[in-house]
Amino acid sequence: MAYGSFVIQHDLDFVVERGEVFVIMGGSGSGKSTLLNHMVGLKTPARGDVVYDGESFWRATSESQERLRRHFGVSFQSGALWSSMTLAENVGLPLQTFTQLPSRQIREIVSLKLALVGLAGYEEFYPSEVSGGMLKRAGVARAMALDPDILFFDEPSAGLDPISSRRLDDLILELRDSLGATMVVVTHELPSIFAIADNAVFLDGETRTMIAVGNPKTLRDECPNPVVRTFLRRGETDSAARGMTS
Amino acid sequence: MHTAVDVNVALVAAADPTVAVRHLEPDGAVLEFAGAWHSQHGLPEPASTVAELREAGIRHLAFDARRVTAWDSGLVTFVLQVLGEVTAEAVAADRAGLPDGVRRLIAMAEAVPERQTGRTGAVPPWLARIGNRAIATATAITVGLDFLGESLVALGALVRGRARFRVSDLLLVIQECGPRALGIVSLISFLIGLILAFVGAVQLAQFGASIFVANLVAIAMTREIGGIMTAIVMSGRTGAAFAAQLGTMNTNQEIDALATMGISPMEFLVLPRMLALIAMMPLLTVYADLVGILGGAVVGIGMLGLSPTEYFEQTRAAVKVSDFLIGITKSSVFGVIVALAGCLRGMQSGRSAAAVGLAATSAVVTAIVWLIVLDGVFAVILNVLGF
Repeated sequence: MAYGSFVIQHDLDFVVERGEVFVIMGGSGSGKSTLLNHMVGLKTPARGDVVYDGESFWRATSESQERLRRHFGVSFQSGALWSSMTLAENVGLPLQTFTQLPSRQIREIVSLKLALVGLAGYEEFYPSEVSGGMLKRAGVARAMALDPDILFFDEPSAGLDPISSRRLDDLILELRDSLGATMVVVTHELPSIFAIADNAVFLDGETRTMIAVGNPKTLRDECPNPVVRTFLRRGETDSAARGMTS
Repeated sequence: MHTAVDVNVALVAAADPTVAVRHLEPDGAVLEFAGAWHSQHGLPEPASTVAELREAGIRHLAFDARRVTAWDSGLVTFVLQVLGEVTAEAVAADRAGLPDGVRRLIAMAEAVPERQTGRTGAVPPWLARIGNRAIATATAITVGLDFLGESLVALGALVRGRARFRVSDLLLVIQECGPRALGIVSLISFLIGLILAFVGAVQLAQFGASIFVANLVAIAMTREIGGIMTAIVMSGRTGAAFAAQLGTMNTNQEIDALATMGISPMEFLVLPRMLALIAMMPLLTVYADLVGILGGAVVGIGMLGLSPTEYFEQTRAAVKVSDFLIGITKSSVFGVIVALAGCLRGMQSGRSAAAVGLAATSAVVTAIVWLIVLDGVFAVILNVLGF
C-alpha cells in the first residue's frame, strides 16, 4: 500500500475467516484505515490483491466488483452520513436502491436498525442536528442496512461514551452470532479489542509491515515481539506487568 | 433438463417466507414461520397477520420458527411489528419459540427506549411556515447588519494598525482574485464589447453614423458594463469561493479554533479577503473597460471599415473623465458587496456539505441582487446630480 512513492505498509498477508471478528490494530498513522480502504475497494493497492472467497477483487471486472461490494457494509470514522438526508433516509437509501421492498417495510427495517444502535426515535433528524457519537452510530446502522456478509468498521468506538461503546461491541458480536456476518474492525481501543476480537493483525508504523497475527489475548501474553506486547498492555513494559500481577 | 428446472422452481417456492396463524383454545395463537426470510427477496406484510390476531381476540401469543430455513433482519422487523401491535392490546407474548438470534436482537433493539422527540416528518401548517419564514428573514437581516458592523470594527482595527492577519494570506487572496481572474474577465469583456458593437453597428449604419459605434462601446463599457460585468464574474468566481472556503472552515471548527485563541476571525479571515477584493475590483474594471473597447474596435475596424486612428480618436473624444471615474467608483463599491456577501454567507454557513453548498449559492445570489440594486441607485443619483 502506498501513496505515490511513499510506502505505508508492505508485505501484508493475512486471512479473515468467515464469521469471525477480525481486528486491525496498530498505533496512530500505522496505516490501519488505509488498509481498510484497500479491503473495501476504495484504494487500489500498489502491488498485491484482496481476495474474497477465492475471487480476486482488484483483478475482477467492474461488474464483479460491484457485485462483491453489495456484500460489504462500511462504517466510516466520523459517520460519513449524507448531510442533505435525515437519518432514516440515510439508512433507507441502500434498501430503496437495492431491494424491491415497499416503502413501509423499508421504514420498519430502518427503525429496527436505528433501534439496534440505540437511536430509536431519531428517524427524522438531520445529521447536523445530532451529536458526533450519534452520527457514528447512525453510520453503523447504515452500514448494516442490507444485512451485509462482511461489515467493516473504522474506529467504531472512538468518540463514543463507554456505555455506547460497550453496546456497539455487543452489537458487533451479536450480529456475528445471529446473522453470521464477518466483522473487520479497525481500532486501537484495548478494552474493545479484548472484548470482541477472535483474531487480529498488528500493523507497525516503524517497520511499515505487519508484525503479529493472532488472538489479541494470546498476543498480549505470548507474542515474541515486545512492541506488540507493550501496545496490548497500554505501554507498560514486561517487568511492570509482572510487578502488577505478582 | 426440464425436470431439473421444475425442481428448482419447486425449491424456490418452498423457500418463500410464509407465516400462518394456528389458533389455540381458548384465547391463544401460535405464529408459525417457515421458509427463507430474506428481506432482499420480499417479505409477507405483517398487517394481515395482525388483523387476523385482532379478530380472534387472543390474549396469548407464541411463536414457532422451527421451519425457518434462513433469516435476516426482515424476520426481526416482522416480529417487532407484530409484537408492537399486539402488546398494545395487553396480549402476553411468549418469545421462546423464536430463534435465539432473533430474540437477542429484539432485546437489543428494545434496550434503549425510543426517544420521544415529537418529530414526525410532517410538514407544519401554512401559517407556521409563513411565521418561520418571517422569523428567519428577520434573523438574517440582524445577522447581516451584525456582520457589517463587525467588519467595520475590523477595518477600524486595521486603521489603528491592530488588525491581526498574515500578510502572506492577503497576498495569496490578492493573487487569487486579481491576476488569476484576468483570463475570464478578458474573455467576457472582449465578447461584450464585440456584441455591443455589433448591435450598435446594425442600428447606426441605417443613419450612416457607423463611427458612433466607438462612442457607444466606449461610454457603455466605462460607465456601466465594465464594472457590473466584472462584479458579476467575480461574485461567481471569487465570492462563491470565499463562501465555500469559510463554510468548510466553519464545518471543521477551524473558525472556532481561531476564536478560542483570541484571534478575531473577522480580522484574520474576512479582512484580507475584503481588502484584496476592494483593491482588485477597480483594477480589473479598468482592464475590462480597455478589453471591451478593443472588442468594439475589432468590429469597427474589421467590419465597418473604420481606420484604427479614426476609431480610437473617436473613442478618446467620447469618454469623459467623469464617465471613467463613475465606473471606477461604482466598481469599488461592487467589490465591497461581493466580498461582504461571500464572507457573510461563508461565516454563517451551517456545518454540513449541504449547508456549504447553500452558502456558496446564497453568496452569489445575494451579491448579484445587491449589485443590480445599487447600480440602479447609482443611476438615479447620478441622473439627479446631472452627470
